[in-house]
Amino acid sequence: MQTYFIELSYLLASVLFILGLKGLSHPETAKRGMHLAEFGMLMAIIGTLIHHEIITYTWILSGLVIGSLIGLAMGFWVPMTAMPQRTALSHAFGAFAAALVGISEFYRHGGHVDKITMSALGFEVMLGALTTTGSLLAFAKLQGLVRGTPLTYKGQNIFNMALLATTIGIFVYLILVPGSLPLFFVMVGLALAFGLLLVLPIGSADMPVVMSLLNSYAGLASAATGFVLNNKVLIIAGTLDGFSGFILSILMCRAMNRSITNVLFGAFGSAETAAAGGAQQGVMREVSLEDIATQLAYARQVVFVPGYGMATAQAQHAVRELANTLEKRGVTVKYGIHPVAGRMPGHMNVLLAEANVPYSSLYELEQINPEFPATDVAVVIGANDVVNPDARDNPGSPIAGMPILEVDRAKSVVVLKRGQGKGFSGLENPLFFKDVTGMLYGDAKDTLTRMIQAVQQA
Amino acid sequence: MSPDTLITALYVFALAAFLGYLVISRVPPLLHTPLMSATNAISGISLVGSIVTAGANYNTVSTILGFTAVVCSTTNVVGGFVITDRMLRMFKRKPSPKQEEQIGHG
Repeated sequence: MQTYFIELSYLLASVLFILGLKGLSHPETAKRGMHLAEFGMLMAIIGTLIHHEIITYTWILSGLVIGSLIGLAMGFWVPMTAMPQRTALSHAFGAFAAALVGISEFYRHGGHVDKITMSALGFEVMLGALTTTGSLLAFAKLQGLVRGTPLTYKGQNIFNMALLATTIGIFVYLILVPGSLPLFFVMVGLALAFGLLLVLPIGSADMPVVMSLLNSYAGLASAATGFVLNNKVLIIAGTLDGFSGFILSILMCRAMNRSITNVLFGAFGSAETAAAGGAQQGVMREVSLEDIATQLAYARQVVFVPGYGMATAQAQHAVRELANTLEKRGVTVKYGIHPVAGRMPGHMNVLLAEANVPYSSLYELEQINPEFPATDVAVVIGANDVVNPDARDNPGSPIAGMPILEVDRAKSVVVLKRGQGKGFSGLENPLFFKDVTGMLYGDAKDTLTRMIQAVQQA
Repeated sequence: MSPDTLITALYVFALAAFLGYLVISRVPPLLHTPLMSATNAISGISLVGSIVTAGANYNTVSTILGFTAVVCSTTNVVGGFVITDRMLRMFKRKPSPKQEEQIGHG
């Protein structure tokens, strides 16, 4: 009877999770979908609490309370600009939990688990361990604790491959010859090290792919936990998470016209790839704020193109205010969002939504590109590679073939930039040297705030 | 684990993967960040495994590991859902009536 009740709660949870994710196909249905998923989660937890193997509730309840407090604190106080870091951290937590459950299962049986369970358990612990350290390093890079540039050394890929091969070798040995606890912990240690080494050579500009990939690993680690514990809802939820991350990785790679292998092992943004871009000739034309304000005030259509620079400058609210001011004057304002703008999938959309930009004004790459020839001013805010015309025009460029937002087809382009330095990929951007382009240096938020006043006076 | 159990589990995995592919390909790029935090919260369901590990009194090590896993998973479940809700509440179709009024008078 009890078993039926538990399994029924899991079945209900599985159905509600799928309905919840289905709701995410539209912003209007998304909230209701999430409430369904939340209810499903609650049912599954209540169902589990009556599990016959549970003897003491002290640790369970204290764990639930502590976790809820941390979760609530993070949920309510993490600013939207820090969403990539938070997500990286939660991948680490999820993967760590999976790894711990796996280690506990192995330990309590003294390493004597049958071959099938061991296969699942090995996957669970290896994926869990490498995702934990990999996500923590991604977190450190996103938070600025570690430099965002790729760290490479000679023979790196060979060393990493050798390490991975050793880890898998131990895994296979443990399946065939069960019972060695020390060897198991060596495997865990190697997987932890591999996670760090995997993310070390990846630059900040490739973070959207890495985030998606770690998302996928964390999900698959949960799914493997489901195989070990023979728990169907865990398999379903973990697989949904794993595949979601996998699909996002593919979408992100496509948006950069690169393969996953290239992202993982290419060390994009290091000195060598930057040199391949070649030096650019010409001068950047600096323009005055007042000139731009006048152009904007008398434009018919203005398109804002945000990038990671908008997030670091916390300029999304200033962008919205400027847009409001322009809309009051009858200017049509749109936003062009590149899939890999920012540090995680959908990063820019969330920031602009936070600043009250209606989502009907947010345009995807394919939708906004045909609009640029009819656009009077395109305002690039802290974006660089996603508007680099070299991707389209120069087959020799390291980012050749990457779909870009074609701002250079607009009648006039303004680039808001912190300084004259290069973007994260280290590539020169020919857009900055074009005749239509004017540069405005300085903090984006500050520039935009002054721009609002200037437009009002125009 | 018996081969039968494994095969049932593989069926569940394959069907979930297929369903996941269909459902998730329909999520627009607009909602990719909420999608990531939502799937993250959902896969926090590994909490149910952690709960049993923490409460079954297998041995001290397992209890400690289980307890830590419960903390991590609960953080993900609660934090993930709270943040997803917070994000989704921000997505609005049109400016609120107040703002439209301002535009009208401008």
